[in-house]
Amino acid sequence: MQAPPLAIHIKGLHKSYGKVQVLKGVDFSVASGSIFALLGSNGAGKTTVVRILSTLLKQDSGTANVSGFDVLAQPEQVRESISLTGQFAAVDPILTGRENLIMVAKLRQVKNSGRVAHDLLQRFSLTEAGGRRVATYSGGMRRRLDIAMSLIGDPPVIFLDEPTTGLDPEARIEVWEEIQSLAGKGTTILLTTQYLEEAEKLADRIAILHQGTIIVNGTLTELRQLLPPAKAELVERQPTLEEIFLAIVGNKEARS
Amino acid sequence: MSAHVFSNTGVMLNRSIRHVTRSMDTIITVTIMPIAFMLLFRYVFGGAIQSNTDNYTNYLMPGILLIAIASGISYTGFRLFNDMQSGIFERFHSMPIARSSVLWGHVLTSLVSNAISVVVIIIVGLLMGFRSSAGVLAWLAIAGILILFTLALTWVAMIAGLAASTTDGATAFSYPLIFLPFLSSAFVPTATMPGPVKAFAENQPVTSIVNTLRALLEQQPVGNGIWTAVAWCAGILIVAYLFAMRTYRRKIA
Ligand SMILES: Nc1ncnc2c1ncn2[C@@H]1O[C@H](COP(=O)(O)OP(=O)(O)O)[C@@H](O)[C@H]1O
Ligand SMILES: [Mg+2]
Repeated sequence: MQAPPLAIHIKGLHKSYGKVQVLKGVDFSVASGSIFALLGSNGAGKTTVVRILSTLLKQDSGTANVSGFDVLAQPEQVRESISLTGQFAAVDPILTGRENLIMVAKLRQVKNSGRVAHDLLQRFSLTEAGGRRVATYSGGMRRRLDIAMSLIGDPPVIFLDEPTTGLDPEARIEVWEEIQSLAGKGTTILLTTQYLEEAEKLADRIAILHQGTIIVNGTLTELRQLLPPAKAELVERQPTLEEIFLAIVGNKEARS
Repeated sequence: MSAHVFSNTGVMLNRSIRHVTRSMDTIITVTIMPIAFMLLFRYVFGGAIQSNTDNYTNYLMPGILLIAIASGISYTGFRLFNDMQSGIFERFHSMPIARSSVLWGHVLTSLVSNAISVVVIIIVGLLMGFRSSAGVLAWLAIAGILILFTLALTWVAMIAGLAASTTDGATAFSYPLIFLPFLSSAFVPTATMPGPVKAFAENQPVTSIVNTLRALLEQQPVGNGIWTAVAWCAGILIVAYLFAMRTYRRKIA
């Protein structure tokens, strides 16, 4: 069987801000059409990785490829094949929801921008709010619009940087459903999160970024095997990702 | 350069013009102060000022317009700063578009919104007795100089909008610019000023621009002053543009 083509391939990525070394040799790959979760605590460097992949920031060394294009050598081709939903909703509060969508459609040279906007508003349950200024939207509505804007032009690779941070549980579930339906259509998704539960729920593979490197990278099943098997308690229980994370991070810190 | 630079810039212009038209109060804020100065100088100080002119409103008009533009561009800095702070700037930069269109959208919007302010002030001036017999060519020259002046200050505003870390920083740079016309020939002839002030007033850009605009409005010969005025505007424009692009490249590096 042939291995699926790689949508994202990162090797030996280093990045410092001044004297602060944030990435100290990050390696990972994401198969086309899969959901990959980059997990790490606040300040681990997740956003830094995403910004390098979306050509907003240049790495100090190492290589990063998206859809087979090098982020440094072919940034325009990379931008053709990605969409970024940043950590903070990147919507225009003065425009209406519909105008935001039409703006992105026009920038991406998508035909029938009005039709595209209409369909996306419907799909993200924003039809009624579509004519209102985004300034009046709730956090969940803004996030949905933000993600909708990222889907225009059907980019094959989507980066979602902490897409559910700050959302209430209901809005979080809506975003999760949308991510799953996207992946179902073959879009590759790189998701960053601080929520172990989120990675556990959505991702095909999970990598933990800690102190500048990827300390674990595997499927949820593989990650579970890193812990001693579930103990036979009154009710048998699998270790949660949280327990795995704490165990690995704890071991690593104890050793270093 | 991307093939879609004009189409992209059009979308950006459209967006930021909506920002202007949806906060029309900013046009009022921008025009109210120059109009207040015009009223103050015309009706309070005007009687006492010896400007050697029979229509003091005409005399005031060029300086008032420059004050309006100098305060108008602070909103250009403000709008750009807001884009930098919100994620929208990064969204645009991660999209397959001509990146330069992001800045040019703001520059063109600055030209449009300042043109609106200028027209509003000229209309108020007409009500106060402003009259000009200038012909089409002279008006074209006036428009050209005002556009060049707006462009030059707009690129100064772009530096502030790109480099600032607070809203105040993005707008406060315009305060000294607003007061420059007071130390020029805009309201009183420089001949009445004491030595050092006079030397400054006669050699700063506003005086040559004001004198040129005044000559054009009054159908007087502009002499070499027009070239001094154009050189000042072009010089400021080029230096500000280079600094703004440097700041921009540092920001997106
Ligand atoms: N522009 C910057 N200048 C200096 N330090 C930065 C900058 N951006 C991020 N950092 C620092 O780099 C580290 C990683 O940041 P980030 O990639 O945003 O982490 P995460 O997204 O995982 O929370 C943090 O310690 C942060 O303070
Ligand atoms: Mg982050």
